[in-house]
Amino acid sequence: MQAIRIATASRGAASAATNGHQVPLTRREFLKGTGILLGTLVIGTPIAALAPSRAWALELKALDTATGDALLKFGRVLYPHPNLPDAVYALLVKDLDAMAAADPKLAGQLRDGVAGLDRATGGAFAKAKPAAQLAAVKAIEGKPFFATVRGKCVTALYDNEMTWTAFGYPGESFSKGGYIRRGFQDLKWLPDPPEGASPPPFLG
Amino acid sequence: MAKIAFDDDSAVVIIGSGAGGGTLANELCQKGIKVVVLEAGATQSVASFINDEWKSFSQLAWLDARTTSGNWRIAKDFPGLPAWICKTVGGTTTHWAGASLRLQEHEFKVRTHYGAIKGANLMDWPLTLKDMEPWYDKAEDKMGVTRTHGIPGLPGNNNFKVMHAGATKLGYKEVHTGRMAINSKPRDGRGSCQQIGFCFQGCKSGAKWSTLYTELPKAEATGNLDLRPESHVTRIEHNAAGKVSGVVYVDKAGQEQRQKARIVCVAGNSIETPRLLLMSASDKFRDGLANSSDQVGRNYMRHMTGSVYAAFKEPVHMFRGTTMAGIVGDEARNNPKRGFVGGYEMETLSLGVPFMAAFLNPGGWGEEFAWWMEHYSQLAGMWLVGEDMPRESNRVTLNAKVKDKYGNPVPNVHFDDHANDIAMRSHAYTQGERIYKAAGAIRTFRTPPYPSTHNLGTCRMGTSAADSVCNAYGQTHDIPNLFISDGSQFTTGGAENPTLTIVALAIRQADHIATLMNQRAL
Repeated sequence: MQAIRIATASRGAASAATNGHQVPLTRREFLKGTGILLGTLVIGTPIAALAPSRAWALELKALDTATGDALLKFGRVLYPHPNLPDAVYALLVKDLDAMAAADPKLAGQLRDGVAGLDRATGGAFAKAKPAAQLAAVKAIEGKPFFATVRGKCVTALYDNEMTWTAFGYPGESFSKGGYIRRGFQDLKWLPDPPEGASPPPFLG
Repeated sequence: MAKIAFDDDSAVVIIGSGAGGGTLANELCQKGIKVVVLEAGATQSVASFINDEWKSFSQLAWLDARTTSGNWRIAKDFPGLPAWICKTVGGTTTHWAGASLRLQEHEFKVRTHYGAIKGANLMDWPLTLKDMEPWYDKAEDKMGVTRTHGIPGLPGNNNFKVMHAGATKLGYKEVHTGRMAINSKPRDGRGSCQQIGFCFQGCKSGAKWSTLYTELPKAEATGNLDLRPESHVTRIEHNAAGKVSGVVYVDKAGQEQRQKARIVCVAGNSIETPRLLLMSASDKFRDGLANSSDQVGRNYMRHMTGSVYAAFKEPVHMFRGTTMAGIVGDEARNNPKRGFVGGYEMETLSLGVPFMAAFLNPGGWGEEFAWWMEHYSQLAGMWLVGEDMPRESNRVTLNAKVKDKYGNPVPNVHFDDHANDIAMRSHAYTQGERIYKAAGAIRTFRTPPYPSTHNLGTCRMGTSAADSVCNAYGQTHDIPNLFISDGSQFTTGGAENPTLTIVALAIRQADHIATLMNQRAL
């Protein structure tokens, strides 16, 4: 399981928090080619309740902001969940950025891939209409760039607490005593099987 | 625990500590026989098991490199992971779901009952159900199988309620919470099932039978067992007379060790067992040990499998409670009118969100995939598991082009679905979908096979040395003190989850080995 590892940001886009420390985003970092993704969780949602702060920021090590933003949108086209906030898709960018930082060849694949998506959508993929985005993604299905991003989505988008909360999956149960007293047979919209098929639980 | 010297050639050396190896070790130790168990994986415990699918997978699964070929979908979806089995003390009994079903009478005699089938290497077992009944009985008692020996069935969870409602509506009669090696009440020093929902990740309550905390500690308590985790066997050696004399393995520290043996029993599951025999080729045995029949590695079976998931308007929360919570047994019998021989079981199954994303439709994306993930809490699921056809060309071979970290060739697993497997899968998908529609499903989905958990048949037993690797006791025809002690022995696969049969065969084999040792025949 991946916890919410993207750092939370304090008010304003000019600073980002890393490991709890305020790190001002300097001009030098922009010049290095690093990027930053920022977002806000909708208040009152179960996911927002998980996060220490509503605002979040993701500092990128290898990719620039435009590439990161395009990859985030690419993730949304691949696995379109309107109810999941950008913070979840930012986990995909975070993982891809980490891969890019460790492997220059892969960084090149991601940059070239995004450039290809931009070309296919006549400018900026991230700002293109949904139909154009989908067409551009369909056109590269099965290509290495597509496979890299799609493969990473499986864990980045679905192995984290925000998604689990949104989809009603609580994760570990042992520390809560399993489900023997917590609804493992609480389904009410179908008849209960007879005792011969499903004997009563042993509750000690 | 016993400490058996490397040059002590009086002990039985068992390779692997799972259902076959772990059970055999305990049975031999109880009879006063000294045993060395060499287990490639590390030791975990109910305390160290993790209720987290990916983390647990990293902790327990056998992740050494393997390659695949053939027309099975696994070769496309999971080319480096043909099997979902374990590398840990207790082997795949840490991961298994617990279903403990006897093979049916006709499944020991498929060549007789099914006749000759083109492209299938059918053969009758050298054993009958009647031969096996007393050993099944001992195995069920040992493992605490529900609905045997007066042990009550487990309570059904929500996933089972859905299966039961739909299946009984269709007229199925054998629908219940199964015969499971999971304690429905405390037994044998272990507690009862807490419905944790992470059976595949190692049972943290210890209610599910695993050799890790049953057979192996009982064997250790006799003082006859020398259990060596993180000991990866790379070769079985033999003497000039053609009998096996010991094994070479790499220990925890990366040091190569040589353990002498009176008898060697191989229980590395159906991919590593034939691989080890093939890797042990010598001037005397050029095609590998016990391979005069050329059947080592062949007839690889993995059961016809597939899953059906269904979405409902109302919540199900299938993840609550035992992973395999119930069964429909009506389709398990042989009824060729359905368009195929053999039969299949339908068993509830649940995956968490992380594994659902990986396995629902490998490679899938887009709105439909997203729809299924969003409806996770409203899903019910079942696994379909049936008899597949043994084929000589479905086989485990050594892939000389890819080496493992010890420099040895990795196993390649080649599998082509037989037309009978495809016809059975199609029938099973249809029936699974009908069950869920009868229970009110709004949509159903046919999930392709997961990496194989039931790996069988690669050192099959038979009456003749010409067409089988071992006899009815798992003793190899070619080398009298070399035994096969896992599912590799299976002549054919049957429809049932294989663990109970593996355990029953191990108890029977232990009895036979002890007799031969007493007679000084070995």
